[in-house]
Amino acid sequence: MKPAPKRKKILLLLVILAVLVLAGSPLLAPTPLSIGEILRFEKGGLDAQIFWDLRLPRVCLAFLAGAGLAVGGMAFQAVFRNPLATPFTLGVSSGASFGAALYVYLGIAFSVLGLPGVSIFAFIGGTCSILLVYSLTRLKQGFTTATLLLAGVAISFFFSSLILFIQYLGRVTHSFRILRWLMGGLDAVEFDSVLRLLPFVLAGVIALACLVRELNLLTLGDEIATARGMHVPRTKKIIFFATSLMVGGIVSLCGPIGFVGMIVPHICRLLVGPDHRVLLPATLLFGGTFLVLCDALSRSLIAETMIPVGVITALFGAPFFLWLLLSGVFSERS
Amino acid sequence: MEGRMNHPLLEITDFSFLIGAKKILNGISLAVREGDFLSIIGPNGAGKTTLLKCIMRILTGGHGEIRLAGRNLEIFSQKELASWLSYVPQGVEILPAFTVLEFVRMGRYPHLSPFSTFTQTDEAAVERSLSLTGMEPFAHRYLNTLSGGERQQAYIAAALAQEAKVLLLDEPTAFLDPRHQVEVLATLKRLNRETGLTIIAITHDINSALLSDGEILAIKEGKDVYQGPAGGILSADKLENIYGTGFLKLQDSRLPQFLVLPEGLL
Repeated sequence: MKPAPKRKKILLLLVILAVLVLAGSPLLAPTPLSIGEILRFEKGGLDAQIFWDLRLPRVCLAFLAGAGLAVGGMAFQAVFRNPLATPFTLGVSSGASFGAALYVYLGIAFSVLGLPGVSIFAFIGGTCSILLVYSLTRLKQGFTTATLLLAGVAISFFFSSLILFIQYLGRVTHSFRILRWLMGGLDAVEFDSVLRLLPFVLAGVIALACLVRELNLLTLGDEIATARGMHVPRTKKIIFFATSLMVGGIVSLCGPIGFVGMIVPHICRLLVGPDHRVLLPATLLFGGTFLVLCDALSRSLIAETMIPVGVITALFGAPFFLWLLLSGVFSERS
Repeated sequence: MEGRMNHPLLEITDFSFLIGAKKILNGISLAVREGDFLSIIGPNGAGKTTLLKCIMRILTGGHGEIRLAGRNLEIFSQKELASWLSYVPQGVEILPAFTVLEFVRMGRYPHLSPFSTFTQTDEAAVERSLSLTGMEPFAHRYLNTLSGGERQQAYIAAALAQEAKVLLLDEPTAFLDPRHQVEVLATLKRLNRETGLTIIAITHDINSALLSDGEILAIKEGKDVYQGPAGGILSADKLENIYGTGFLKLQDSRLPQFLVLPEGLL
């Protein structure tokens, strides 16, 4: 067993790691920034400007997105009792991606109150997919996990096909822009993006944090959860909407950044066990930290270019996860 | 038995349940009083598990009436229901790596409000459940490292932590070797005798039902074909009609009554 004090220690370590990475990551770059200049808040100083106006918002955005995606993945893995579930399993990212692809294909360019049109289209696409999946699941009595999952997967494939169709119809430049968007990125670099994303992540995480006991029971199966006194369909609906809206918000602003939502909850389960009262904060902290680190790598690996962060997450995350899994360090829980 | 109420604790009247067009339960009626030990027997596919799931409201719908403590089951909120009824499934599921203690503590769910913490009453209920099932030494073991018998006891302990008045069990001794079967059955009998817990258990082991000193409900093709004292099922070829096979009745001076053996085994 991982006794409570040990789990608390791991949580504390994750907090320290998150703080260190959040503080250190904006400084990481092929050309080092001058810390003295940054701390003096020098007006017009290039290093200060890069740090405060570009890097810090980007790092905050990465942390929020990573935390939200990881917590979303954790919630869906509990609901579906399936280790392969991701925050994108129910089609919200495909819907959002279709929205973004449609925007690119239509060749329009607009923004509302500073919010880019592509994000608006993506959010509408994501919301449509959420409503479609929900309505289809409701058609069958009981809001069952199997129907929800199958409806989500079907809608996901449907939107993916529409994206391919649009790419086929569109010009090569459209295809490239769509493909680039699908790789996921943290290119929105002003603090406004952070403030736009914050309510989605905050609302999603708070809703799920209120349901940690229910998430624990769901991992034991619907029958035991019902027998313990949980209203399973109602709880699943709340988790579905809370997670999907949070993920829809993230995908609209950052694109469908893969891998974080699937693997981070597994890594955290190996670290702190399956109890969501500890697992949720651990996943939140590690998810955020992980994406900030990946973003730092994406900025630093090749000078004068930024690799899309969605490429980096699996490229470095998968070997790390496999090392954890196969090293036997956490064999008790795995 | 002391403390028994005159009116039934659980009363089912003419209850039917369909899955698609197939009638799984067909006009079942049943009365269980507080402190009863009811064994439900019947061939595979007779509707035993469905009946238990309808009582626990894992399955909803159906025609007819189920009343608990004199109130229609549909009036109960799920949490309220869980403080009356607890349920032990067949226990073949793969469970996450919770420890036995963590798992049993989750049994307190119906007594906790969203932001409340564990009280001394909750801790005491968990300790009592572990003690009654002999699971104290296993408290810090992971569920996925337990043997079948230990896991069954853990399931029972978690259900007991709910402190419900009725314990429903779906084949609690299936997949267990004879020693562990005896241990689980002894636990159930002790709980029934010492704490007055009402027990409703599905079983394929007719002999353990006969020796339970309680009542038997026999279901065949969704219909209740017998409810009464355990010994009564042995009269007038009832078992033969239920299972569609002959039974030999065996007697031993140490036994309170006949036991049975399917004739085909000879």
